[in-house]
Amino acid sequence: MATDREAQEMTGTMARFTALLAKRLPDDVLTQLGRLRKVEDGPLPRIVYDTMFKNLELAAELDRPCCQDTGALQFFVRAGARFPLLGRLRSILTEAVREATRTAPLRHNAVETFEERNTGTNTGTNLPWIDWEIVSDDATAEIDVYMAGGGCTLPGSAKVLMPGEGYEGVVQFVFDVVTSYGVNACPPLLVGVGISTSVETAALLSKRAIQRRIGTHHPNPKAAELERLLEDGLNALGLGPQGLSGKASVMGVHVESTARHPSVIGVGVSTGCWAHRRGTIRFDGSLRHQVLTHHGVTL
Amino acid sequence: MSKVLKTPISDAGVEQLTAGDIVFLDGSLVTCRDVGHRRLVERGMELPVDLRGGAILHAGPIVADRGGGRFEMVSVGPTTSMRMEKFEKDFIARTGVKLIVGKGGMGPETVEGCRRHKAIHAIFPGGCAVVAARQVEEIERVEWRDLGMPEALWVSRVSRFGPLIVSIDAKGNNLVDSNKALFNARKAAIVEEISRQVRFIR
Repeated sequence: MATDREAQEMTGTMARFTALLAKRLPDDVLTQLGRLRKVEDGPLPRIVYDTMFKNLELAAELDRPCCQDTGALQFFVRAGARFPLLGRLRSILTEAVREATRTAPLRHNAVETFEERNTGTNTGTNLPWIDWEIVSDDATAEIDVYMAGGGCTLPGSAKVLMPGEGYEGVVQFVFDVVTSYGVNACPPLLVGVGISTSVETAALLSKRAIQRRIGTHHPNPKAAELERLLEDGLNALGLGPQGLSGKASVMGVHVESTARHPSVIGVGVSTGCWAHRRGTIRFDGSLRHQVLTHHGVTL
Repeated sequence: MSKVLKTPISDAGVEQLTAGDIVFLDGSLVTCRDVGHRRLVERGMELPVDLRGGAILHAGPIVADRGGGRFEMVSVGPTTSMRMEKFEKDFIARTGVKLIVGKGGMGPETVEGCRRHKAIHAIFPGGCAVVAARQVEEIERVEWRDLGMPEALWVSRVSRFGPLIVSIDAKGNNLVDSNKALFNARKAAIVEEISRQVRFIR
């Protein structure tokens, strides 16, 4: 049984991790941006990449959120059933968001729906949003923290295709979403594609897909091949940074899938902007933590 | 040599620019986004800031309240301009604004407003909010604070604010629209090529 003190400590750790995420991009994203920067040689893409990297340096130096839109916080929890703070996790994460909002500081991004009032705390009805997966019977927990701005949230889309449309329909849908709305979503994008039965499962998978580390692949070889084809194909569109045209469009394409009803193909697409602020932290049964996405971090 | 615009911006200052040019701004810059536009255009409210010859930024910043009416700009990148497309033509006509800064492109109504009233839309690189905040010398005042931090009108004095990439000029050119046409023209062949390789349902 965990103590109040342990709950407080975890709250502090999660608040500090959330604040850090606003200011520093994860290692995989930085590596990929560095790679894509080298590919661009046009004057507009180059001035945009120069500004992006200068911005990251300044954010670190001045300890400020690198993008002003620090999102409506989402947590993806993969916990064992015996994680000591499982039942208190919602209040811990909610309090961590309040604390990070003050300390980072984060932008006030929680508007109570229908009341149309900004709570000023980044918390509100069911916000932060928490996605729960009980993955084992052990005492550990792994938590993804994600802050996405409105710009890269806007392209999010899901629909249910008829089987006759096939995977070809999935490809068309991904391209339609990216060419219609991706340009405004701060490319190079990380594109998540969920393939499942219905809109909500496909949409959720597409969001989980962009929590995955860049460079990882779907375990199924056909799905991994689809990821590669989509990545190469979207890059061939040549969106460039900020959609100003260039050599590349995406940091990657990740596909997640479930088995599905034979009469339908549910497809969801989520996009993450170049300032893809997500991080993963693991807690063991003694509540010791380890940051998995940002090297050399002490919280 | 980079071009620099200074508020108040003249028609001639606007007319010298072409979509794709890079420019910087000196002078006054006011944040104004969804609800600010809606209040002026739909509700007919007077904007509490004189924007004749002025510049607005589609942005919802993070601002630190230093007390005694003093504020510091912490982080202020541009937001998606397309959300303001519905209002911008009327907004330009009503306010006399000359420079609209945001992220991504805008549509035909804004192009028409820019052409008719000699104004431009320019893109500040999205997500580069600390670079932008450092170019804010001072927050001079804030209006419509009842809208909350992101939606309030933050009136700032800026120095060499940019890079600003002109996306809509006063001659009817729309850089992002042309780019989108290019991307869409490339799309069909790529989709067909991939589709050929993913016929997993047999």
